[in-house]
Amino acid sequence: MSELLSVSALCLMLSLFLGLLRVLRGPGAGDRMLATQLIGTAGVGVLLVMSLSLNQPALIDVALILALLAALATAAFTGRQRESSDD
Amino acid sequence: MIDAISTLLIVSGLGFYLAGSIGLLRLPDLYSRLHALTKADNLGLGLLIAGLALHAQELLIALKLVLIWLAVLAASAASAHLIAQQARCRETQS
Repeated sequence: MSELLSVSALCLMLSLFLGLLRVLRGPGAGDRMLATQLIGTAGVGVLLVMSLSLNQPALIDVALILALLAALATAAFTGRQRESSDD
Repeated sequence: MIDAISTLLIVSGLGFYLAGSIGLLRLPDLYSRLHALTKADNLGLGLLIAGLALHAQELLIALKLVLIWLAVLAASAASAHLIAQQARCRETQS
């Protein structure tokens, strides 16, 4: 079971890495924000898997906070873009 | 038995995660990337959480995991709409 959890954490990190390649390539700001969304969902997955494999229940709370903050980042980004296009 | 079911759920969840990331990398424009990422990743997280919840010692922890999934669903639906709206706004302006 613990091998499965370690392998799945590695798979999730591989998928985070693919998201970072998209940040590198761009081309627009919206494409880069999509990677933030990926980091939100895959990061929550990594934290939950780690909480079971390391037997640390506190990591579940960390995952909850990360899930909430990932949405705030996107909302702040689109708000700023709209302000700058109004000027 | 429970181990087999949860292994199946976790592995299929990982498959959806990888499919979403490959879609983010390979698809041609912003809207199709949004479509690949948002749906596939949330389904992947749902399956992963279902697999992990089978191993939770208490009912409370399993409920918390489901709560996290619902929070991520709401958050990523909202941010997918915001990103698409903003991209469309820019397109109509230029």
